[in-house]
Amino acid sequence: MLSTDTDILKTAEAWKREGRGVAIATVVETWGSAPRPVGSHLVIDQDTNFLGSVSGGCVEGAVITEAMDVIADGKPRMLEFGVADETAWQVGLSCGGRIRVYVERVD
Amino acid sequence: MRLRLLSDLNAERAARRAAILVTDVASGEQRFVREAEIGSDPLAEDLQESLRRGKSGLVERDGGQFFLTVQTPPVRVVVIGAVHISQALAPMAKGLDLDVTIIDPRTAFATPERFPDVPVLAEWPDAVLPGIGIDRYTAVVALTHDPKIDDPALSAALRSECFYIGALGSRKTHERRVQRLSASGFSEADLARIHAPIGLDIGAVSPAEIAVSVLAEIVASLRKERRRSA
Repeated sequence: MLSTDTDILKTAEAWKREGRGVAIATVVETWGSAPRPVGSHLVIDQDTNFLGSVSGGCVEGAVITEAMDVIADGKPRMLEFGVADETAWQVGLSCGGRIRVYVERVD
Repeated sequence: MRLRLLSDLNAERAARRAAILVTDVASGEQRFVREAEIGSDPLAEDLQESLRRGKSGLVERDGGQFFLTVQTPPVRVVVIGAVHISQALAPMAKGLDLDVTIIDPRTAFATPERFPDVPVLAEWPDAVLPGIGIDRYTAVVALTHDPKIDDPALSAALRSECFYIGALGSRKTHERRVQRLSASGFSEADLARIHAPIGLDIGAVSPAEIAVSVLAEIVASLRKERRRSA
């Protein structure tokens, strides 16, 4: 399914109404060359189905993992991703930018 | 986010009205502000400014940090002419998250069979455009080649705040169009708003290629501020 801004929030609402656990991740701040603009959304359900993007695919995996905790405990989280550190086991943006992503549960 | 806020956001979007979701970053508290209610919000000035720019972003105010999710209405493309190019353009526009409406009074052209999944109005543009309401989130594209159909639509577009106007036809055709429209009272500056010959110059030949060049020009107008060559 193609995901446009319209579809993403509509899908979040539909998933929630189906009784799924749902979280919305939103890019709230970017520095340098970030792949997706501020305001971009990624919607995640409890089974790690997702729609949309907050980066070009670089950090979605980590956001989805965090979203599982947000869906479980309901506490919103602010995540920050920077340049990938190749010597560490860490996700990051290869483009050299930094982004902050806010993840919240739909209640 | 409460489900109620999410469905309010989706409802405003479907109704083509702008709205802003305000999130207090520290507490996670949120409120939903419709465009009409911005004036009475404590962050009125910030909300107005972010809506004007059409951009989401963080603001610092009274020692707090707030994230504003700005939702402007979906961009709409009103296409005059249920022609071959329009058939190619409609599904591509959908992929770009553009709302397409096709208008053509010729009932042989304006059929749902030729345009599955998009609204097709078999009406004269001057009869239906006032009801559609051309706003600043609208692009108007005239593709019939027929002045009887295109001109009234272009006139309505020129009197509106729409962000893009394009008209199909050669330079010669456009010269004659400019003469007709100036005779009906439009100034040179008004007429300069019309992109003609329509579309970015990519040497398009087939209807689908012309559709790509028209849509590329619409995107270029929409994202003017971001263009490197602008």
